[in-house]
Amino acid sequence: MNNIIKKFIPQILAILFVVLIFGFLTLNAQINMDNRGIDFGFDFLSQESSFDVQFSLIEYSGSDSYARAFLVGLLNTLLVSFISIIICTILGVIIGVARLSSNYLIKNSAAWYVEFFRNIPLLLQIFFWYYAALRALPMPEKANAWFGVTYMTVKGYYIPAMVWENLNIFLYCGLAAIISIILLRNYANKLRDTQGKQIPVLLYSVALLIVLPLLSFLFGGVSLGFELPELKKLSKISYIYEGGISLPPELIALVLALSLYTSTFVAECVRAGIEGVSKGQKEAAASVGLTPNQVLKLVIMPQALRIIIPPTTNQYLNLTKNSSLAAAIAYPDLVLVFAGTALMQTGKAIEIVSITMLTYLTISLTIAAIMNWYNKKIEIKEK
Amino acid sequence: MFKIIKQLTSVVAMFAVLFAFSTETMAAKKSKTLENTKKRGFVRCGVSQGLPGFSNADESGNWTGIDVDVCRAVAAATLGDATKVKFTPLSAKERFTALTSGEIDILSRNTTWTLSRDADIGLTFVGVNFYDGQGFMVRKGSGIASTSEFKNGTSVCTNLGTTTELNMRDFFDSKGISYEPVVFEKADEVVAAYDAGRCDTYTTDKSGLAAQRTKLSAPNDHVVLPETISKEPLGPVVRQGDSVWEDIVRWSLNTMIEAEEYGVDSSNADMMKTSNNPAIKRLVGAEGELGAAFGLDNEWNLRIIKQVGNYGESYKRNIADTGILPDRGPNELWTKGGILYVPPAR
Repeated sequence: MNNIIKKFIPQILAILFVVLIFGFLTLNAQINMDNRGIDFGFDFLSQESSFDVQFSLIEYSGSDSYARAFLVGLLNTLLVSFISIIICTILGVIIGVARLSSNYLIKNSAAWYVEFFRNIPLLLQIFFWYYAALRALPMPEKANAWFGVTYMTVKGYYIPAMVWENLNIFLYCGLAAIISIILLRNYANKLRDTQGKQIPVLLYSVALLIVLPLLSFLFGGVSLGFELPELKKLSKISYIYEGGISLPPELIALVLALSLYTSTFVAECVRAGIEGVSKGQKEAAASVGLTPNQVLKLVIMPQALRIIIPPTTNQYLNLTKNSSLAAAIAYPDLVLVFAGTALMQTGKAIEIVSITMLTYLTISLTIAAIMNWYNKKIEIKEK
Repeated sequence: MFKIIKQLTSVVAMFAVLFAFSTETMAAKKSKTLENTKKRGFVRCGVSQGLPGFSNADESGNWTGIDVDVCRAVAAATLGDATKVKFTPLSAKERFTALTSGEIDILSRNTTWTLSRDADIGLTFVGVNFYDGQGFMVRKGSGIASTSEFKNGTSVCTNLGTTTELNMRDFFDSKGISYEPVVFEKADEVVAAYDAGRCDTYTTDKSGLAAQRTKLSAPNDHVVLPETISKEPLGPVVRQGDSVWEDIVRWSLNTMIEAEEYGVDSSNADMMKTSNNPAIKRLVGAEGELGAAFGLDNEWNLRIIKQVGNYGESYKRNIADTGILPDRGPNELWTKGGILYVPPAR
């Protein structure tokens, strides 16, 4: 009896204490808000926002609700994070492997790259890419075409828009290609395990990915046209491109800064992972007759990944949270649109800041969950 | 048993103390803000992050501007010294939270008086110290002479968290023009982006345009279009709930404007004590007991005029002489064709 008391009383008290603190804080906030005549509530979310947003992935205008403005901001945050995560992973792996190269020049350039980009504050890098690029880029009417059809200008990067006909058939073909590749891989693995035969899976996969969608063009009635950006005069000296897709310079600067900065950390994770695999593994693999490529693919990487994934997850989370610096250069992300303009117009500071915090928390937890799932998948399975 | 009761009472007492602390601001018969200000020895004033003519700091950190002068007037009235002000530079986004959370006691930051701000978010506007309206600035070379010449696809640079964003939308919507809003948190960033050619036009209050134009690399290549698309009465703001403090700030501003009306300025204020006009005598504290209503002494208004000057002096010093807006336009006294009109101090 005495033991039970000793065991539970402190814990119950601890819980009670936390609950009381939270209760007190809420009550205190409520009283102070009442005193200052501030209402608390989420009704404003359905009201008309009456402000416009520069760049949106979904249809949005000022006559839509604050809830939709929130969605616009959220999607913009996800977009910039998604693109940056992909670029920083590719760059990070290349730089990380380059740092282990035996070539003096490659090794040292990679080291310089890492030290340079990870030691300058991110906000400064964002400003640099934005203002330096803005100053350096040509006005729309003076821009030279890149690849003949795209224009990099001070007002944004203009690319042709794709105009599809029967897009769904094309997508089904792509899906069919992916499914058949998975089936093929499973079959190849089985063949290897049971009969020791190898088939060139990669070659077949590429062929499938090209041939199936191509068939849809020939027989499925799919067609693809391009809408090219065309120069349009706004006034005597200002021009703009119309048609096509325009990527705002804010998005480009932000993606550049975020991915260059984070890639240095990813590179260090990759280097640590590869160096973490003991030398004996490589030598043993070579001695059983595997080719250097096979050594890397079958022995080194599977073990290195286990070391690389957890710290890299951290970097992805950092990147996503760092994307909130977007507000500094007018990229309409969640912080700028929702915790910025919407907060100012409604004055609902507590509600909006809590929604924004919860949203970032949810995004982070989702990324962490995906990465944990992947980590579980590749970790050593005791047989 | 006895011990438990003792413990319980101490817990109850603890909570009583905590709650007393949180509810103390409710009972404010006298001005809590005034008391705290006197205890602290300086007025806490929220200003802009740098808008020439309104609130701007020089290299040595001295703030000047007509918004700054309102805070200085309150310091002169309440503390007897116009220099006893602590200025907090705030972005448009931070300003109201800083005020409602009690970080500052006056927000004097070219803030537009609107219904929703006044009624919704725990703020009280005390008056207007500058009548403004939103306009557009474009490059001279563009040949645009009026807002009706804007075309679809115009990109517009502006500030975050302002009425500007809403007016801009109303304006372009009513004209049926599609536009690209490029919204920055700080005014300097807007200027830099517009200067770099990111936007075709820059929109904010006309006084702001005139002031920010001086920061451009080639100010003379830019022109403010004649149209005004909104009413922007700018004025100081206080927290809701301290009506005495609200009155002090309101009448400090009114004193400056009324002093100009009666021709009282920083150089002749002392002599005006012997004026024949009772209204002037009240204005310099030589007659009546006007200060008592706020819990101030009788020379509070004299100090404002002597240390800060009247509205006309403030305008000349900060806005006219700096070349921002030499013409007072609507910000002229009602007796001289403007719309500056304040209730009488009596």
